[in-house]
Amino acid sequence: MKLTVDQLHITLDRHPILHNVALEAQPGDIVGLIGPNGSGKSTLLRTVYRSLRPQQGVVRVDGDDVWALSPRSAALRTAAVLQESGGSPTGLCVTEIVALGRTPHHGLLGRDGADDHEAVEEALDQCGARPLADRDFTSLSGGERQRVLLARALAQRPKLLVLDELTNHLDIRARFELLDLIRSTGITTLAVLHDLDLAARLCDHLVALHHGEVVAAGPVLDVLTPDLLRDVFGVTATADRHPDGVVRVTYGAKPLALDLMPDEVIS
Amino acid sequence: MLAALLVVLAVVMMVAISIGAVTIPLGDVWRIVLHHLGGGGATGDPALDQIVWNFRTPRVVLAAVAGAGLAVSGAILQSVVANPLADPIVLGFSYGASLGAVIVITLATGASLGGLGVSSAAFLGALAAGALVFVLGQRKGRLAPTRLVLSGVAIGYVFLSATSFLQLLATPTELRTTMFWMLGSVAGAKWDQLPLVSTVVLTTTVLLALFGRRLNALLAGDESATALGVDVHRLRALMLVLASLLTGAVTAVAGGIGFVGLMIPHLVRLTTGADHRRLIPQSALVGAIYLVVVDLLSRSVNRPNELPLGILTALFGAPFFLWLLRRNKSLDTV
Repeated sequence: MKLTVDQLHITLDRHPILHNVALEAQPGDIVGLIGPNGSGKSTLLRTVYRSLRPQQGVVRVDGDDVWALSPRSAALRTAAVLQESGGSPTGLCVTEIVALGRTPHHGLLGRDGADDHEAVEEALDQCGARPLADRDFTSLSGGERQRVLLARALAQRPKLLVLDELTNHLDIRARFELLDLIRSTGITTLAVLHDLDLAARLCDHLVALHHGEVVAAGPVLDVLTPDLLRDVFGVTATADRHPDGVVRVTYGAKPLALDLMPDEVIS
Repeated sequence: MLAALLVVLAVVMMVAISIGAVTIPLGDVWRIVLHHLGGGGATGDPALDQIVWNFRTPRVVLAAVAGAGLAVSGAILQSVVANPLADPIVLGFSYGASLGAVIVITLATGASLGGLGVSSAAFLGALAAGALVFVLGQRKGRLAPTRLVLSGVAIGYVFLSATSFLQLLATPTELRTTMFWMLGSVAGAKWDQLPLVSTVVLTTTVLLALFGRRLNALLAGDESATALGVDVHRLRALMLVLASLLTGAVTAVAGGIGFVGLMIPHLVRLTTGADHRRLIPQSALVGAIYLVVVDLLSRSVNRPNELPLGILTALFGAPFFLWLLRRNKSLDTV
């Protein structure tokens, strides 16, 4: 499944949020969306999972404009794990939450079948959420919740995964486990990640957004240059590939690039 | 579970028909009801037949239908506005109905005002409230849950103040009538009132249950529900329309019965979970059972006087509900 975003423009309440954004994910690619707070990352994701209609430009999933698809058929292709699913008591247990992933597979008269059961069971196993199956969602820890929400997305049997800060608030081991899990699915993924080390570890390609525009895109090390880290994130840092093959970001002794970008950082 | 609830409902209805100023043996009740449903057999004593079939049965059926309708309406509203406190009263629908009814009771010279009876006026009042909430709760084509609830509360207060003003101007007899109406009663139930409200309650309940899967997705939040393929705005709009229709139809014939719409859905959630595909039909049946029992109490505790339903729904239901709340562990987590 290929994702193409082209010439995207979004204005919300007369504030331009995204300007002429383009990106591409080849089948099986994991593309990381990086950028400081307010750079338009989540807005861009919203256009992909068909929640926000762009004023201009197009989002194609598997060649089709998502806005030409019905909400249901778009959801059969794209699943999303978002930030909102926090702690509001829903009264649903873990299995029921995961089964929500089957929503787009049914019309009004559809009843749960063997397919649904199988997809839910498989997703629970894949995400190691089997022991949680009967628990109330609100009784779970942050890491467990994220695993369950990922299981919900996998039960949707999507061809494209959209992840918004999946690893936020998780301990380091839980983060790595989730990243491995996403890698192991082989599903084309577009992920917003705040932690640059994690982004470098997980993604094949990175797209850097700044003030609603794409300022760099490509292989991890091509994007994470000292100049970009300074100009976009306002820090002094370098990124290199270590002998073990992992890209690490090293922040300088004076990490804030205050002298270089005073108004950026302070505002 | 559904079958068990249906059996309980049938038994409770039979018992409610048999008890009254004249207690009629269950066997006779069964025989008479069966006879009228086309099951053959003799009617026996025509006086008994009259009491069972013309007075008590329509009353008990109306109590069941009203309880079902209000409980389903509450269940839907709680999910659609993502607020556990939502019900037809909080969203202003019931106050709209009250205003409609009170206008006709206090301002009409005969039984109707410009051809509009109390029932039709109440129905229109509920729909008007629903339409107002829908229009005023909307911004930029979105129905945000919090704005919806707060609009409903504000609109409800406006209706309530107009109603209170009319009550101040009313004669003592009219005032008593409005009070009784606003607290709800099924005492005057007649067969000819039943087809319309039963059809509305039954069809909307079935329709709403069909949307159960999408309503479940709504529990994950608006954005996540969208990503699950649900057209959140359209779903919310449709659910609001159906809930106000349901409230209007029930309130028109049974008055403003409180508590059922708010508490029955929670009762069901706490005992069998929040999946709407079960929640909606179960709320309907539990609401029906509950209101039949409450109606039986309302005409038994202070014979031969009757109490309005609204007084008893909470009086008997709240202690049980509070006990259930204390027992439930999942409410401890935030």
